[in-house]
Formats: sequence, C-alpha cells, structure tokens
Amino acid sequence: MSQYLMLLYSPEGDEAADQQRWAEMPLWLELTESLRDAGLLVANGALHQTDTATTVRVRGDEVDMTDGPFAVTKEVLAGFYVLECDGLDEALRHAARFPTARYGSVEVRPIMSTADLPGGGPA
Amino acid sequence: MTGPAEAATVAARVFRDERVLVLATLIRQVGDFQLAEDAMQDAFESALVSWPRDGVPRNPGAWINVAARRRAIDRLRRERATADRAARLAELVRLDEQTHPATSEATMIVDDRLRLIFTCCHPALDPSAQVALTLRTLGGLTTGEIARAFLVAEPAMGKRIARAKRKITNARIRYQVPADDELPGRLRGVLRVVYLIFNEGYSASSGDQLTRGELCGEAIRLGRLLTELMPGEAEVRGLLALMLLHDARRAARSDTSGYVALADQDQSLWDRAQIDEGLRALATAVRFRRPGQYQLQAAITALHIQAADPDATDWARIADLYAALGKLSPSPVVQVNHAAAVGFAHGSEVGLDLLRPLLADPALRRYQPLHATHAELLSRSGDKPAAAQAYQQAITLTENAVARSELRRRLDTLTSG
Repeated sequence: MSQYLMLLYSPEGDEAADQQRWAEMPLWLELTESLRDAGLLVANGALHQTDTATTVRVRGDEVDMTDGPFAVTKEVLAGFYVLECDGLDEALRHAARFPTARYGSVEVRPIMSTADLPGGGPA
Repeated sequence: MTGPAEAATVAARVFRDERVLVLATLIRQVGDFQLAEDAMQDAFESALVSWPRDGVPRNPGAWINVAARRRAIDRLRRERATADRAARLAELVRLDEQTHPATSEATMIVDDRLRLIFTCCHPALDPSAQVALTLRTLGGLTTGEIARAFLVAEPAMGKRIARAKRKITNARIRYQVPADDELPGRLRGVLRVVYLIFNEGYSASSGDQLTRGELCGEAIRLGRLLTELMPGEAEVRGLLALMLLHDARRAARSDTSGYVALADQDQSLWDRAQIDEGLRALATAVRFRRPGQYQLQAAITALHIQAADPDATDWARIADLYAALGKLSPSPVVQVNHAAAVGFAHGSEVGLDLLRPLLADPALRRYQPLHATHAELLSRSGDKPAAAQAYQQAITLTENAVARSELRRRLDTLTSG
C-alpha cells in the first residue's frame, strides 16, 4: 500500500457561492465516511480561506512573517504536517523549525473545526 | 438623581473614556472582535435610552460591560453562522450568572488592554492592517477618518480592518500578552506601529492637515497608555518622549510659505509644557539603563531643542548618540546624520571621510539628504567648486519647493561669497 495526498483546489468565491457549497455538506460527509469505511482515509480537513494564511520564512537569524499565502512561483508544494497547536503563535513557532523555512517558505493555514461550521456545533 | 440631559452627557463621556477598557475586556469574554464591537455599540445605545430615564448607574463602566455581554449573548443566539458559537455562549452565560466577578476575572481585566494592543499589532497581520486595526480599536478614530488619513478609499479601509479581525478569529491568534521570551520582539513591533502612526501624522507631505494632527494625537495617547501599562519598559517611555518632543514643535514647523527647518523655527511657537513632559519621560527612561533607538533619537532631539540657538548645539554629543544609534539600528539616514554631526563637531574633513563610502554606494545615488549633507560639509571645508556641484545634485533630487529654494539660497551664498 502507498499513501497519496489529495490536494483540493477551489475558486475562492463570494458569499452566494459559499452558501451553495455549504449546501453540499451531505455529499462531503457521505464521501468521507465511505473512504473511512474502506480503510483508506488517513487524515482530512477543510482549510479556512487563504486570507487567514501566514507565510513563514527564516533568513539568517530572522523569522520573517508575511500576512497571506505568498509562496513565490519557483516554490512548489513539497510536503505537509498537520499539528495540533494552542493558537497561531505556537503553530508559527513550529513552522519556523522546518528546514524548508530557510530556503523556501512554510504556509500556515488554519484547519476548520466542527465548531467553525455554520450552526457552531451542538448548542 | 441626574437630569436626562446630564445623563446623556455622562453616557457620552463614559463612551469616550471607557470605550477601550470595556472593549478590551469584552473581546476576551466573547472571543471575537466584531461581535464585541457590535455588542458594545448596542450597549451604549441602550445607555442613551435608559440612563436619562432611570438615572445614571453607580458604576457606568461596569453597567456597559454587563449590558454589552448580554447583547453579545442575544446576538450569538440569533447568529447561528458564528464560529465556535456553543463554547462562547456557554462561557458568556457562566460569566453572566456570577453576581460578583471572580478574583481571577478581576486580575484578567488589568491586562486586557495589553492583550488588545498585542493582538492588534500581531506580526501575522499585514503592517498596514496592524496600523488600521490599532487606530480603529484602541484609538477613537472611525474607519472613514483612518481612510482619509492614509489616503485610502473608505470601503477599502473597511475591508482591510474586517479582514484583520477575521484572521484573528479564524487563525486563532490568541488574545494574550506574549510570553517573556517573546515579549521584547513583540513589544518592538507594537512600538513600530505607534511610531508609524505618529510619523504618518508628522510628515505633512500630503493629506488632510487636521486628520494628520489627530494621528499625532492618537499616537501620543497610545504612547501614554503603553507607559501606564508597562511602566518598567525604558523604550516605551523613550518613544513617548520622542513623540512629545517632535509634536511640541508642530506649530512652528510650517508657516504660510511651507516647511520651516528646525534652525529657523520661531521658538515662541513651541509647546513648552509638552517639551517639559517629553524631557521628563526621557529622564525616567534613561534611568533604567537600557538604551534603545527611541531613547537615543529622543536624546538627539532634546539636544537640538535645548540649544539656545543653532550655533550652540552640542554636536559632539549628538555625534556620539548617532554612533550608538547606528550600532543598534544601522540605516543610511543614521549614517548620513552621524557624518554631519561629526563634521560639525570635529571638522568637516572627518565628516567627509565618513560620507565617502556612502557616496560610493549605488543604492544611495538618489538619496537627497546624502547630497545635501555632502554639499554642506564641502562648503564648510572651503572646496567651493565641489560644494556647488553637490548642491546642484541635491537640488535636482529635492521635491519640496521650500527645501529646494533653501538649497538654492545656500548655493548662491557660496558662489557670491
């Protein structure tokens, strides 16, 4: 068996488009469950919009942070980690530890939790 | 019992004086910038209705806080699309059920404004967003006023602020004062934002004069607040001193014809009380014996102000201060000013030696202050042809009409003398 990363790309839409996608929620749940049942699912998550991203670079001793998803065009996706952190600061601290941060960049994007879904989980 | 008119006045005063305090605590309690702001607005509106009718409560600030928390609960119950809704509701209801706030809550409140400052100036937010969010949240400026001050369309500024708030919530930027090991770096970021606001107001290159004066006022207010909240930080006082000393001379910096250089300013227009406050802040800062770039700049400004006339300026001490500043935060601005001060203190030849490597740097070829200083030092050394050439170069690089005519005057004196 081998592991494969599925990268999901979607156009960043307006509120109406978002509403429409949220309506597809049952489809997502069904697909995710079927993958889990088949024993294929390792991990999955929905990302918050790109405007919540922070890009971390380490040059010399300086940790440089940029507000947004700003990998330069020569940089390609080379790997991923999912970390459970107590807030963005902890995530950024670890992002700066990856060697990639020294010659490339590490984009930190928050993953949605069930509480972030419309309705805010069980009230 | 206060009359209805007085009650409305009190409500307006409470809104002005306690807005930041109430908002800072509310953001922690409701866990969301926008929700806290909306709830606080609701609470002030209801104060305007109920205080004139029922009288002003004994502790108006606490009244607003409780009312705003209840409005936040109402809003959370209605707005099902809010992230983390259930957990937030539970926490708010718990707070609301306590008749007396717990001691832990009282200790938390003390630091809420610091939490707010460090969150608004978080390095994961774009610098322009840090400035806008700080002015909107901690200052009293409206989005429209901030937009005018930074020459940005109001909707664009509104979007910038809204996006920053959304990032804080969704990326989980924690509402906290940084840990000790991160504090120095993060505090530098906060001071940079405050100084940026001040400079935007002080460099009267463009924009509405009135709004720009307000920016200086807001920056000084933030400086005072930071001094109150972090009394042991030397650089916080250093920055406050620097801003006070510059701002005290604002009225003298321009006349009907435009910009007036320090040496030519009418000193009777200086705000003496503010200068004294600045000098006191600097004296307190220096006692901590932890020098920093703002204290050094404030000390340089203080020496310029304290000279009875420009010829009596203590250039040797100013040169030493620029040397120290260059070690802490090297930049062409500091290097050029250092060379000038050394030239005035120890002879123009020594100053010219320091300028030589800067003149050879292609990146500084169009840097006006370098050529203006070069011309001044050459003129003092008696090398008229070289000085004339340097003045010409400085003149072509000067955009400000008043500064340009001043350089022309010096060039004319040189060639006629």
